[in-house]
Amino acid sequence: MRIFVTDQDGKTHECEGIEGWRVMEIIRDAGLPIKAECGGCASCATCHVYVDEDWLSKLYPPREDETDLLDTAPDVRDNSRLSCQILMSEELDGLKVTLAPGTEP
Amino acid sequence: MGNYKTDVIIIGAGPVGLFAVFELGLLDMKCHLVDILDKPGGQCAELYPEKPIYDIPALPIVTGQELTDRLLEQIKPFNPVFHFGQMAEELKKLDNGNWELKTDDGVVIEAPVIVIAAGGGSFVPKKPSLPDLDKHEGKSVFYSVKKMEQFRGKKILIAGGGDSALDWALNLHPIAAEVALIHRRDDFRAAPDSVNKMRELVAAGKMKLHIADLKALHAKDGVLAGLMAHNKDLGEHLIPADTLLAFYGLTMKLGPIANFGLNLHENLIPVDTEKFETATKGIFSIGDINWYPGKLKLILSGFHEGALMAQQAFRYVYPDKKLRFQYTTSSSSLQEKLGVADKAA
Repeated sequence: MRIFVTDQDGKTHECEGIEGWRVMEIIRDAGLPIKAECGGCASCATCHVYVDEDWLSKLYPPREDETDLLDTAPDVRDNSRLSCQILMSEELDGLKVTLAPGTEP
Repeated sequence: MGNYKTDVIIIGAGPVGLFAVFELGLLDMKCHLVDILDKPGGQCAELYPEKPIYDIPALPIVTGQELTDRLLEQIKPFNPVFHFGQMAEELKKLDNGNWELKTDDGVVIEAPVIVIAAGGGSFVPKKPSLPDLDKHEGKSVFYSVKKMEQFRGKKILIAGGGDSALDWALNLHPIAAEVALIHRRDDFRAAPDSVNKMRELVAAGKMKLHIADLKALHAKDGVLAGLMAHNKDLGEHLIPADTLLAFYGLTMKLGPIANFGLNLHENLIPVDTEKFETATKGIFSIGDINWYPGKLKLILSGFHEGALMAQQAFRYVYPDKKLRFQYTTSSSSLQEKLGVADKAA
């Protein structure tokens, strides 16, 4: 399994995806620049990503607390998600996300 | 404002800074704590007060706020002095060997020992990503309201959908020339009562509500004249305003600690694992902000670090005294300090 992560400078990185890990954790574990300051408890919105349009329909829809928290992120778009709320699975093999502004450590 | 002298200055009043007061207190050291927030608890109180924590030893479940409250109760016998709402700004060594810390609010504290327990750094407002924002900050763009009078007669656009945005929209509405609210969706996470009041004002034509995204500042001769916004119905459109108040919550930035001369390792403060002291004698660092091989960012690790730090801090505060290691279960002198001497068997 793998995911493709485009960083804040526009460079794309291939990361190994692990079943059950949060996408935020996969990005952090790969050493890419992601602030994720609350550590994954949906409290800070500093792991905000844009999900590639082709993949949006494959994700579980956001819970209310995730949608609420996205109010506090800059440059939110229709394909905005918090990467700590996306769990890696076989269906997401090949997922493409882009780190949004405000996620720089 | 004010000048103080104490034994230990702790930068950061999160759980680890608070527990350090306990460990230092048992060894007769008095503490002053400086924190940018207006309350104790750090991340626990600011980011996730309601979220349960499951990995505090002997507390199978505790919320961030409960943990903070319990720590405050535990350190009460040691009467720590708190300086809230202030950023630790400048640190210098005095001729007498002590450290002097200045805050951005003009408080000056002198002590032989500094403990940096600043977690992820200072909480600062999250900013919208708009070009040239910094040119208008403090003049026409603000992230908090310190004096309401400053906004009398202004044409204000308030951005955000939480309690701060709604509260200030309602509070400033009577004194401002005009208050408008901009939010990315027509759904607000603020208290329902505030949302209802706002909706009433909007329905009565007394407040404008824009469901749109902020895109750019619009300035005339360097002075803010409005904000460019965008939504699907209207496309790009201009919202006239002479003041922008943006409430997107807080995030952590290292801040002035970066200039304390501590040879940072990827924005973290390297320490030894015996005393949790930095390469500069008398400056310690505990909790999420420090770094050493094997470091885990856990509250419980920060508690351990505080206990070991206190042992070495004692040698700086009381260079002529011998440190006696005692347990709270058996030492009557420790129990006296804790105010429990009568209760102990």
